[in-house]
Amino acid sequence: MSTSETDLLIVGAGPAGMAAAVTARRQGLSVRVVDDQPAPGGQIWRAIETVAATPRIARLGEAYRAGADRAAAFRACGALYEPDSQLWQIEPGFRAFLTQQGQARSVTARAVILATGAQERPVPFPGWTLPGVLTVGAAQILLKTADSVPTSPVWIAGCGPLPLLYMTQLLAAGGQIAGFLDTTPRGRLGAALRHLPQGLGRLGDLAKGLSWSLALKRAGFPIIPHVAELRAKGEGRLESLHYRTQDGREGEVAAEVLLVHEGVVPNIHAPLALGCAVSWHAGQHCYVPELDSWGETSQANVFVAGDGAGIGGAEAAEPRGGIAALRVAARLGKLGEGAAESAARPERSRLARALALRPFLDALYAPRPQVFAPADETLVCRCEEVTAGELRARAVQGRPGPNQIKAFTRAGMGPCQGRQCGYTMAHIVAAAQNRPVEEVGFYRIRPPLKPVTLGELASLGELASLDEREPTA
Amino acid sequence: MFRKLHDPGAQTVTIFIDGRPVPAEAGESVAAVLLRQPEAWCRTTPISESPRAPYCMTGVCFECLVEVDGLASVQGCLTPVRNGMRVARQQGPRSLSA
Repeated sequence: MSTSETDLLIVGAGPAGMAAAVTARRQGLSVRVVDDQPAPGGQIWRAIETVAATPRIARLGEAYRAGADRAAAFRACGALYEPDSQLWQIEPGFRAFLTQQGQARSVTARAVILATGAQERPVPFPGWTLPGVLTVGAAQILLKTADSVPTSPVWIAGCGPLPLLYMTQLLAAGGQIAGFLDTTPRGRLGAALRHLPQGLGRLGDLAKGLSWSLALKRAGFPIIPHVAELRAKGEGRLESLHYRTQDGREGEVAAEVLLVHEGVVPNIHAPLALGCAVSWHAGQHCYVPELDSWGETSQANVFVAGDGAGIGGAEAAEPRGGIAALRVAARLGKLGEGAAESAARPERSRLARALALRPFLDALYAPRPQVFAPADETLVCRCEEVTAGELRARAVQGRPGPNQIKAFTRAGMGPCQGRQCGYTMAHIVAAAQNRPVEEVGFYRIRPPLKPVTLGELASLGELASLDEREPTA
Repeated sequence: MFRKLHDPGAQTVTIFIDGRPVPAEAGESVAAVLLRQPEAWCRTTPISESPRAPYCMTGVCFECLVEVDGLASVQGCLTPVRNGMRVARQQGPRSLSA
């Protein structure tokens, strides 16, 4: 085996990717793991190896601390681990193209597990492009990786577990909170409670969430409930923030930093580029890849594990990674079908347990309708600076879909390739044409998945070998 | 906009932002260092030339594009600092002659 060839390619070194690698190695597969971060852990355990050796670990909580053992097991498992590597194309067969330190190259594998995780749901509102507006996830990464907190008391707007967790961590680190604009709409708890019985096995998680909420209430900063609309203002940077609640209560406050969060959605660019079928997940308001019970997509030997398969959190990501790896081992003859099935059984139990509370959380923290219907002056496409008003005007001229409007307006053509505007575009088109959003579709995703320079392409230097590629297994 | 809670001590490196020396901690990202500067923006957009700063810190928004050691449009949040690294804020559209 040359170093450009392995049985299995895993994309992403978060909880799912690491678990898949450990399981696959245990079954005797050769494994390559590529990840765009400098160290293993994914977003949840960012910088865990560095932070675990410092007293800072104490204020980040038990769930973060748990990543240290996982990273150690992953390091020891014998997978070929390539950090700082950007994947920009996978061809059937499989040949994957990567860039590392400005050098592009290709590698081959017989099966692929995409463990590319989730991204925060884009939250467009007027002024969200101003310096000083960041996501809550971004601020948490700054705390984990750079031990940095907002200089002045920070405003936080959004809903979901992450803002509560970050605010708890921020206070423990000595940061200050100016106020929390809770965007959970009125009446959500009632709607969510019908999902509670199946989540009763997760009382510990509920208790944790409740204890965060109580501690934050005791901290004494203002908490404004049912915030529906946001507007960030400033010349060249955030200076003030205007909000309006569902009841019409308005406020304007000075702000240097505003952190926003409305949940997370799977990263689906890689599966879409590979032609994997996706379907609309009504409970999570996003597309998810269509997967069998092993995590295999509609494309043979392409698997998706972790939050990329649908949001389930790290505890669901790990068994999903293990289950996919067992299937790959069986496919490649390292393990009998029956043995794979038995080995997967405890993983499936873990997965079911990890997902038990999810429908309750999905219902409680479903994004408010305004997230999908921003005011006309809002920049929907941050890269190409296309407003909601422009998209709405185009959406009623004929019956164009997202790809046609992209061609007309350039929305979705910038460097982020629609990662920030895709869902907003779909909802604006659906609303303007009075169609269900899942009928409108999504941008067509093409390689490269990340911008690549001509210099990087030239550095491939293996055009001859591309013509001698072996036929698909 | 942001401040660092600990003194990196022996882990301190120096990078240059638009030619000005700035302390940083080995291993943290260029974007994290930019967010601690008095001028916390990192580029102006090619369309309206309005200032932008790091937004997602996970590599998906591409707001933190900067020039690093002469290479343009590098994602600052995915780039760990190195001693002596030269970072330049990007202004407007890239010039074809660059």
